[in-house]
Amino acid sequence: MSEYKTIKEREEEITDEFSLFDSWEEKYEYIIDLGKRLEPLEEKYKVEENIIKGCQSTVWLTSHYKNGKVFYKADSDAIIVKGLISMLIKVLSGHKPDEILNAKLDFIRDIGMMTHLAQTRSNGLLSMVKQIKHYALAYKSADAA
Amino acid sequence: MEKTTTISPTFDVNTIRESFPVLEREVNNKLLVYLDNAATSQKPQVVIDALDYYYSNYNANIHRGIHTLAEEATAAYEATRNAVKDFIHAASPEEIIFTRGTTEGINLVAYTWGRKNINAGDEIIISTMEHHSNIVPWQILCEEKKAVLKVIPISDEGELLMDEYKKLLSLKTKLVSIVHVSNALGTINPVKEVIDLAHQNGAYVLVDGAQSTVHLDIDVQDMDCDFFAFSGHKVYGPTGAGVLYGKKKILEEMPVFMGGGEMIKEVSFEKTTYANLPYKYEAGTPNIADTIALKVALDFITETGKQLIRNHENNLLKYATEQMQSIPGLRIIGNAKNKVSVISFIIKNIHPQDVGVLLDNQGIAVRTGHHCTQPLMNRFQIPGTVRASFAMYNTKEEVDRLISGIQKSIKMLS
Repeated sequence: MSEYKTIKEREEEITDEFSLFDSWEEKYEYIIDLGKRLEPLEEKYKVEENIIKGCQSTVWLTSHYKNGKVFYKADSDAIIVKGLISMLIKVLSGHKPDEILNAKLDFIRDIGMMTHLAQTRSNGLLSMVKQIKHYALAYKSADAA
Repeated sequence: MEKTTTISPTFDVNTIRESFPVLEREVNNKLLVYLDNAATSQKPQVVIDALDYYYSNYNANIHRGIHTLAEEATAAYEATRNAVKDFIHAASPEEIIFTRGTTEGINLVAYTWGRKNINAGDEIIISTMEHHSNIVPWQILCEEKKAVLKVIPISDEGELLMDEYKKLLSLKTKLVSIVHVSNALGTINPVKEVIDLAHQNGAYVLVDGAQSTVHLDIDVQDMDCDFFAFSGHKVYGPTGAGVLYGKKKILEEMPVFMGGGEMIKEVSFEKTTYANLPYKYEAGTPNIADTIALKVALDFITETGKQLIRNHENNLLKYATEQMQSIPGLRIIGNAKNKVSVISFIIKNIHPQDVGVLLDNQGIAVRTGHHCTQPLMNRFQIPGTVRASFAMYNTKEEVDRLISGIQKSIKMLS
């Protein structure tokens, strides 16, 4: 079990990592590598209801709630998207719903991947963030009920 | 006698490029290579200037005002109608209806002619390679009227199976709505034969000219289509200015589309009579500026020389196809004998979107995805393709950048 780090600390880790890269090639090779190393999602989760809408590629996202914390798993048929999801999961998975809902995710801008967040882009990073937060909100509401 | 000199037109791509200011742009610190022309073409400076000049000098509402500005704007607007008539060889300007684009043109026919003439059990034929814009309006109509939508299958090369088409035709066929050139495959369909066969069965034919008008010589009378729709923004003109052509006799008999100003003759609360063609179908204040600038775009094409443009684009297509065929794992989707300068491709074990993202980082704009042709993608059992589409201003050097960009992307993704 890796030591507990806040969302902010995990964002900073990624930002530090990216600060070593000089070129877009290095950034994307790193993201592609993250995508390749993302733990494969079990086939049983690759169902219609787990597909995030608004993505040009297919993205599956699933979550579970344990001891007041949300854990995410995801997969995609496109490798760059998978790398981006991998970073989101690394930053957000294993935190409390409120922490996830309040996360600003500035690291996406800091590492120069803001274009992927633009609403006009059909690769769906924005949709992914929304869906991740949507799950967190659902668990929070269920707790309050 | 006035002395005239005839200069035989020549095609110099570098001179042409100077007319398109956006081509000087850098994207991700590299000179832009714009290969998404099938989605929309870039605009020459003269088109941009025409928009600016209209708003700076004679912006007015058309057809109604008696003042100078209104007369100038009306004259310019109607000049575009005449230019379009010439460009597609329609019989008269009354057959030219201005729309927002191809999609609106097809919908106009579906909502007016379709609602009046399609009944339960009637059949409408489309093809596997239609854009969603030429599928969905007919699905809506068929559902409402309990009519039947039939689909012409295609070969693995991406060509219509004409024998299958013949089998689909019958006296039940009321309309064949067919794409002239496939946006996803580049296939040029034998529309003249399609139309002839449909007419033999008493059916009308709508030709979706969204992709063909910029590349091919369009002669609606020779083609003998009943309707022809295209978009201004794919022929180097502004967005939001499109055209629906219809044979005069058919347009006269069709019910009106939208009600409002401009399309009326007289209005009373008891009874409204409608204006003559083409105004009957042009309710409300139209897109005056963009329509006026469309003429400038068409003139630009004509002055450059459509045949010369086509030769240039065909050379690019041939060169790019050869280069791509040498890339291991790359498969071209759409290998019809007759194609325009569009190449769709997939790469083994790589998602099209990944290629698109990495090409964009190299300053190369292509389209990735299903290209609004999901049934076609299903036919080939692929999620989508990467599509490079070439226009008059693209160069052999840009093809080289595309090829090395693809090779680099493959290396990074493998």
